[in-house]
Amino acid sequence: MASKLSDPWVENRPSRIGVVALRELWPYRELVYFLALRDLKARYKQAFFGIFWAVIQPVAGVAVFTIVFRKLANISSGGIPYLAFAFLGLLAWTYFAASVNAATTSLVANAALVTKVYFPRIAAPVAALVPGLAELAIGLVLLAGIMTHYRIVPGWAALTLPAWVLAAMVVALGAGLLVASLNVKYRDVGAVMPVLLQLWLLATPVAYPSSLVHGGWRWIYALNPMAAVVDGVRWSVLGAEAPGGEALVSGAAALVLLAAGLLYFLRTERKFADVI
Amino acid sequence: MSANAVELERVSKRYVLGESHGGYNTLRDAISASVRRSVRGTAPRTEIWSLDAVSLEVERGSALGVIGRNGAGKSTLLKIVTRITEPTLGTSRTRGKVGALLEVGTGFHLELTGRENVYLNGAILGMRRREVDRRFDEIIDFSGVSRFLDTPMKRYSSGMYLRLAFAVAAHLDASIIVVDEVLAVGDLEFQRRCLGKMESLEQEGRTVIFVSHNLEAIRRLCDTSVWLDRGRIRAAGATADVVTAYLAEVVGERADVTYEDDADLPVSLRRARLLDRHGRSASAVPRDEGFSVQLQLTVRESVVGLDCSVFLQNLEGLRVVEETLSALEGRTTRLRAPGVYAARVDFPPALASGDYIVGCWLGTSTETFVYVDDALRVRLVGASKGRSTPLVELGAPWHLVEGEAP
Repeated sequence: MASKLSDPWVENRPSRIGVVALRELWPYRELVYFLALRDLKARYKQAFFGIFWAVIQPVAGVAVFTIVFRKLANISSGGIPYLAFAFLGLLAWTYFAASVNAATTSLVANAALVTKVYFPRIAAPVAALVPGLAELAIGLVLLAGIMTHYRIVPGWAALTLPAWVLAAMVVALGAGLLVASLNVKYRDVGAVMPVLLQLWLLATPVAYPSSLVHGGWRWIYALNPMAAVVDGVRWSVLGAEAPGGEALVSGAAALVLLAAGLLYFLRTERKFADVI
Repeated sequence: MSANAVELERVSKRYVLGESHGGYNTLRDAISASVRRSVRGTAPRTEIWSLDAVSLEVERGSALGVIGRNGAGKSTLLKIVTRITEPTLGTSRTRGKVGALLEVGTGFHLELTGRENVYLNGAILGMRRREVDRRFDEIIDFSGVSRFLDTPMKRYSSGMYLRLAFAVAAHLDASIIVVDEVLAVGDLEFQRRCLGKMESLEQEGRTVIFVSHNLEAIRRLCDTSVWLDRGRIRAAGATADVVTAYLAEVVGERADVTYEDDADLPVSLRRARLLDRHGRSASAVPRDEGFSVQLQLTVRESVVGLDCSVFLQNLEGLRVVEETLSALEGRTTRLRAPGVYAARVDFPPALASGDYIVGCWLGTSTETFVYVDDALRVRLVGASKGRSTPLVELGAPWHLVEGEAP
């Protein structure tokens, strides 16, 4: 295919922010798909139980939570069987944490690609959001089993589940873009993230209901966008109390995080190949 | 409207030493550096202009060769044309889709099958799934690995790996193709096929930018070339002229060269020497005595399949001989354990008199660690005995007897 005079000139010159890269994500959408597929396949190749290992983390978490929060601290789960309550919360959280972790290393793990091939860099952290979805789906199948056992029937709110998953993706992308580009320059980020996510987990109503937080604290608590996501997922699937006005604060916080992550990513991405 | 496919306008690229290679990679380094800066005032930073106001144009459908020593800025040039990195100053423009054959196999994942990797690699190079579908048979045909398509690539031999990687890249639907030293790897047959494929790409009307140490390949493929020297264009124009000018400069008096150790590499070349028949350093030796090339190597980590070669180019840029250690020792050479090695190749008196440039390579069948194309120079003195000026004079034995042939 020879170049035609009608082809537009594409320029490469010093710039402050790579808006072009954002536009180019769409033509490279298949790269996102294949990067995600590669990570998923590589993760479970040569494992006898394959992708079913994905549920081991939430299952183990539920066991710990049941002992610590339920038996020892005797925390109420608002009329919902604690097993279903905690397992669903952990599924949402595990998806989020795994995606942020994958995004953190997405550029550094693909350093050879970044330095040798041109592609919109944002494809790497975006692709990091995808493999977790497959794991989440398997977790939901297990959850369906638990719900059958407790005879919980989801109502019409279950239809909003995709919206809550999308919200989790937005929060994960915002955080992921920020830490992925930071990690290119400062590898410390990779060491800090597990600790940070551990603290973030405690500030999210995964093991306990958000109704434990009272008064003015609720608004500060809502600054954590994952709080609304977990509450929302529980409302949607298990018929827990619907998220209140605080969810708007969470939504705004999520959008601010995404904007900040995107801005920082696009400002630094042109230097990735030089610094990584 | 110009008929160019690529235009570079005073493109410069600055690298701050220490920043790109592990220097500022931790927060602690960054903090301590900024503390040092505030204590000492200005920071002692070493800047390198990898490219310095380079302007050039490549016409649509033509092939441009880029030559120069290691570190002259050739790879940086390609990275800017392909938009992998941005220039510090200046503008680079391309018209049409740009595809890169930078280092073959960069995007392969060993756990995936050959088929999966073809699609993955295609996507990395910016190909749509449908494009890959359409050219799939062609790609597989070219690579010759059809029987192993559904085998994970970790079971591939390095040759199969290389062939598949090149096949995907070579079937890119790009109108501008940049190629960086793909021909340094692989066996002779593979190199010939790569070169043939690149010639046909050019004939299809695509624009090619070709960086190589292999001056012969440059001469064959490119009508025009540029010679980069420390980030600037030293010469540009018809390939034959540029190559001749380059070689004239590269050939300096050099019989004993030491190199700085590069601790980032698993192996490095520390010293190269030219020896005459008596083992003395010499840059000119009698044609009919032969000579030796001695290399001092440091192997820091053991590398599976590590190999070493010494090659000679004449002043027309023709590679006359290449002697490989594995040709003598088999695939697993004795360069296995970490340590210091002295390697010597003895060249028998077979080459015609004249000047030769000695190069050396260290690597495996898939990776190159050291590639110095102008390590030493040797002048073979003494008149040729033949009636013409051939490349080699073997002194093959004649047998003359009277009478009919038996």
